[in-house]
Amino acid sequence: MVAELTRAVFNGVLGGGVYALMAVGLTLIFGVLDIINIAQGVMVVLGAYLSYALSVHLHIDLFLGLLITMPAMFVIGLAIQWAFIRPLRGSERTSMSLLASYAVAIIIEGVLYLVFGASVVSLNASYTTQSAYLLGVHLPYIEIYGFAMAVVLVAAIYAMLYRTRFGRSVRATMQDRTAALLIGIDVNRVSALTYGIGVAVTAAGGMVFGASGPAFNPNSGYDLISRLLALIILAGLGSIGGALVAAVLMLTVESVVDIWQPTWAVMVFYAALVIVLIVKPTGLFGRQAARAQ
Amino acid sequence: VNAARAGGLVLALAACVVFALLFTNQLVLEIGFFTMLYIGVAAAWNIFSGFSGYISLGHAVFFGAGAYAAGIAARDLRVTGAAVFALLPLAAVAAALVAVPFGLVALRVRRHTFVVITIAIFFIFQLLAYDLNTTGGTGGLYAPFLTWAAVAFDQYFYYIALALAVVAVGLSWLIRRSRFGLQLRAIRDDEDRAASLGVRAMPVKLTALVLSAAITGLAGAVWLFYIGQVLPDSGFDPIFDLTVALMAFFGGLGTVAGPLLGALIIEPVQYYLTFQLNNGYVSQILLGGLFLLVVMFLPRGIWPTAADLAKNWLARRERA
Repeated sequence: MVAELTRAVFNGVLGGGVYALMAVGLTLIFGVLDIINIAQGVMVVLGAYLSYALSVHLHIDLFLGLLITMPAMFVIGLAIQWAFIRPLRGSERTSMSLLASYAVAIIIEGVLYLVFGASVVSLNASYTTQSAYLLGVHLPYIEIYGFAMAVVLVAAIYAMLYRTRFGRSVRATMQDRTAALLIGIDVNRVSALTYGIGVAVTAAGGMVFGASGPAFNPNSGYDLISRLLALIILAGLGSIGGALVAAVLMLTVESVVDIWQPTWAVMVFYAALVIVLIVKPTGLFGRQAARAQ
Repeated sequence: VNAARAGGLVLALAACVVFALLFTNQLVLEIGFFTMLYIGVAAAWNIFSGFSGYISLGHAVFFGAGAYAAGIAARDLRVTGAAVFALLPLAAVAAALVAVPFGLVALRVRRHTFVVITIAIFFIFQLLAYDLNTTGGTGGLYAPFLTWAAVAFDQYFYYIALALAVVAVGLSWLIRRSRFGLQLRAIRDDEDRAASLGVRAMPVKLTALVLSAAITGLAGAVWLFYIGQVLPDSGFDPIFDLTVALMAFFGGLGTVAGPLLGALIIEPVQYYLTFQLNNGYVSQILLGGLFLLVVMFLPRGIWPTAADLAKNWLARRERA
């Protein structure tokens, strides 16, 4: 019992770290561009497939492959932002951006189906099958390495946000787009780069997801995006720290509930979301929105 | 002008009625059925999302709820044959009942958060369909077998769907002209101001959602009787949410004719493409591409854009 509980908590925290990384990308994009990137889920799957292609065809190590897939996803993000998000203007921008990113999602899903087929695959390496023995439980190395990498990347995002000039522009744009524009920040450039960074982290998240989670296929994006959306709304849209807390908390709760109720564990996510929104519509760490419109 | 309009409507309706008598090709009738069904659903979606401005990407919840309610009732009450159509009101009521808690939770938040909540609730329902005992889990449910001859089968269903479409479009026409419709549009333009002017926002939004859900639930049940089987991911299908929204946006969000026009164009094209290419993935990519084109170049939709063009043309002719 104790061992089961320890393992559940370990799994939750380690998995939560990776979800935190993906959720931070999503909430960062929301904060700066004021759009919800519905395509984030399928982009994670795309990242996983890129790692899969590199490791199967070119025999490149999964972690080493990220040096290729992350810049690739960054460029894909820039292109999508430039082509489909940047031109959106006017009063219907909110719903239009959601629809545009949803459309991007089903296009990517369709392309993945065409290229890789519908059968599930998983990422394999020596460290996906071997596990470490810690505090009485076996933990696959991939989960530990993946968690470590997520921590490093989230720390890097924090350092970028709070220690660099670019990060200051990002935070200024998040606080008030118009004011940022007025003091001379190139808001378009900040938006493009933020979207690129938010998408680039899905390459890392996707690799760990594909290597440690269940086998995936192009359809796996729906499950991912619904969880990620639940996380960032639960945390409060635009709250980066909140996304970290919510991800680790919810994944841990899910994996603990999973011990007794495997079928209903994932429901915890959505139930928590609904309850939090009834009590506090802005989410756990969200700021009160100015007059919403 | 009004007489001409009424005449045009009668003609269009007559054309829709005669259509199924002239074309007895099974594929044509099948496409006709789905087009009418989607006109009904798109009009229903528009009654809530188009008029109120709250974009729902969770209407598959009501579609699935209607389909499952009809399927479960038919199974447990041992309804067979054409008597299943007596279960249609039940499907509408079930979907309306689902819409009440759905709305009470989701309508507390606006904009992005509302859309995301509708997606989250959608996934809750899909999970329920997978995991509850009564829904049949992964295997889904079967509808009672209808012993109609092949062509008659498609013809009957075409007319049922046509009736549904007429009801949905007629209802949205009535609502748009009513005080209730005006309140909805006031909420769309500025909810806080509307509330300060005495519109009781929550009951108005919730009523629109419940009406919209009831029609969508009806469509779900009709669809189940036609298809014969509902699965968790076909009853609760994320592509359904997107398709319906696309139809309304493409035709013209918040107008009466827009969703009708959108469904009338998109559904046959999509069906034909899937059939011709024999590949659902390619047609999925094309659907996404079409969606992007609409968002980029026709954000207001065909109907309002065409109406503006016509108005300009008439004005120019008068001046000349």
